[in-house]
Amino acid sequence: MSETPTHDPNQERLGGATAEPVQTRESTITVNRWVPEGDVVEVQRTPAPGPARGSWRAFRETARGLQTTMLRWFEGTSTIQYPEEKVPVYPRFRGRHKLHRFEDTGLEKCVGCSLCAAACPADCIRVVASENTPENRVSAGERYAAVYEINLSRCIFCGYCEVACPFDAITMGHDYELSDYSREDLIFTKEMLLAEPLERTPLRNEGE
Amino acid sequence: MNALAVVGYYEPWYVQIIKAIVIFAVGLQLVPVVLMAERKIMGRMQGRYGPNRVGPYGALQPLADILKLLTKEQFRPATSVGFLFALAPMISILTAVAAFAIIPFGDVQNIFGTPVGLYGVDLSIGPLYVFAFGAIAFYGIMLGGWSSGSKYSFLGAMRGAAQLISYEVAQGLALVGVIITAGTLSLTGIVHAQAGMWYIIPQFFGFIIFLVAGFAETNRAPFDLTEADAELVGGYNTEFGGGKFASYYFAEYLNVLVISGLVATIFLGGWLLPFGLNPPGWVDPFVVLFKMSLVTFLFIWVRATLPRLRYDQLMSFGWKVLLPLATLNTLVTAVLVVVTH
Repeated sequence: MSETPTHDPNQERLGGATAEPVQTRESTITVNRWVPEGDVVEVQRTPAPGPARGSWRAFRETARGLQTTMLRWFEGTSTIQYPEEKVPVYPRFRGRHKLHRFEDTGLEKCVGCSLCAAACPADCIRVVASENTPENRVSAGERYAAVYEINLSRCIFCGYCEVACPFDAITMGHDYELSDYSREDLIFTKEMLLAEPLERTPLRNEGE
Repeated sequence: MNALAVVGYYEPWYVQIIKAIVIFAVGLQLVPVVLMAERKIMGRMQGRYGPNRVGPYGALQPLADILKLLTKEQFRPATSVGFLFALAPMISILTAVAAFAIIPFGDVQNIFGTPVGLYGVDLSIGPLYVFAFGAIAFYGIMLGGWSSGSKYSFLGAMRGAAQLISYEVAQGLALVGVIITAGTLSLTGIVHAQAGMWYIIPQFFGFIIFLVAGFAETNRAPFDLTEADAELVGGYNTEFGGGKFASYYFAEYLNVLVISGLVATIFLGGWLLPFGLNPPGWVDPFVVLFKMSLVTFLFIWVRATLPRLRYDQLMSFGWKVLLPLATLNTLVTAVLVVVTH
């Protein structure tokens, strides 16, 4: 170590902490050892206010608090009056499912492949497939879903079913008002999912 | 022999009964209004609407609340003391209504040839009567908390006791300055003595002390230690439900009205108007009600603003700040009155 005193920023920051070499097994390293006298933090306190100034300070702070609450009144409310006023959802919001038909032929897109049921982590989709016949043609493919049920009391709205679907037959809609009086009513059948949903939920506009 | 009440004019017995009914009816109607105002104003100050579902603008909410409370089951904990448990809310409500009787809403008016004072009774001991009933009202809290047989209620009642002795001396002393200046204990006399200048100006410190002690007397924020929902569930009224709870609730808001009425009467000039306005006698009650509503608004505003004080903070505030200030105020007033007269 050189004898000339060098400017050590570390030294300065730690106040009176001394740097001294410590012999370890591998090499000699420099550690800063804590010295109690060097680490005393001096707190700058304002002078004690005394009775008159203390009272004035308490009074002033109370008035400031009153001003804050009054200003909050003028700021207005941020409540959303829910049943009448709804929060608009984003276009990719995952709400209640919808099943789709081809717009030109009116045939169902679902071919009863059960990939959605396989992908469903909550196991809430039940599909029973059946063969299309020339007399009874329901879907565009070879087979169709004779039974298609989603138990919405189990659904976690993850959207894996719409990812799994090879024909875009099932998508997540925007409806989130799904409460009902019994669990049985929350099992949505194919007819209910195919039906045009009541537009109960506003869609968020561009940039909103 | 000194008469308890200074009437000074002949008032037929039926006038007394009608007055009692009118004051009781008006007082009873004011409580839901204050309740509603508090919830609405506090809502606005917290960025919400407050109740707005029942009736137009939610105006029927207090009615719905009271109906709900009155149709509830009359429950009593097994550890409670039955007689006192039923008596305590009655004491609370009785003292609140009794104290409401002496608030003057106007001077003596000539109604159909009969002189009628627009107040329940004009006592020659005005403020002392209020303090007496304020002290008895404490039994409502104390007995209610103790007879519940619950630790939370008991803690609330104990705090009520400590709170009472902390603020009541200062509250009484705060009024002594006014009484010295006015030279009378009658509340109508005090109002008449304010003809030149309302006592809020010469007795400003008395006003502040009385108001702060009033917050403590009505057990409202920032001195609502006896209720202290955050730590004591509901304080002294934890175990009360249904009609008994409604009585406590009613008494609390009636106490707010009583303190507002007292502040309006003693410091804000009662039915007097500034700028030399001298309206006909029937305006007086509305002037008093307007001043009361201002003070009540202050109560609500403070409740929406200030956090609850700690137990020891209230004690030290009462004994170390309010009491010396009130004593000093009394002394200075007494010296000034002696020097100037």
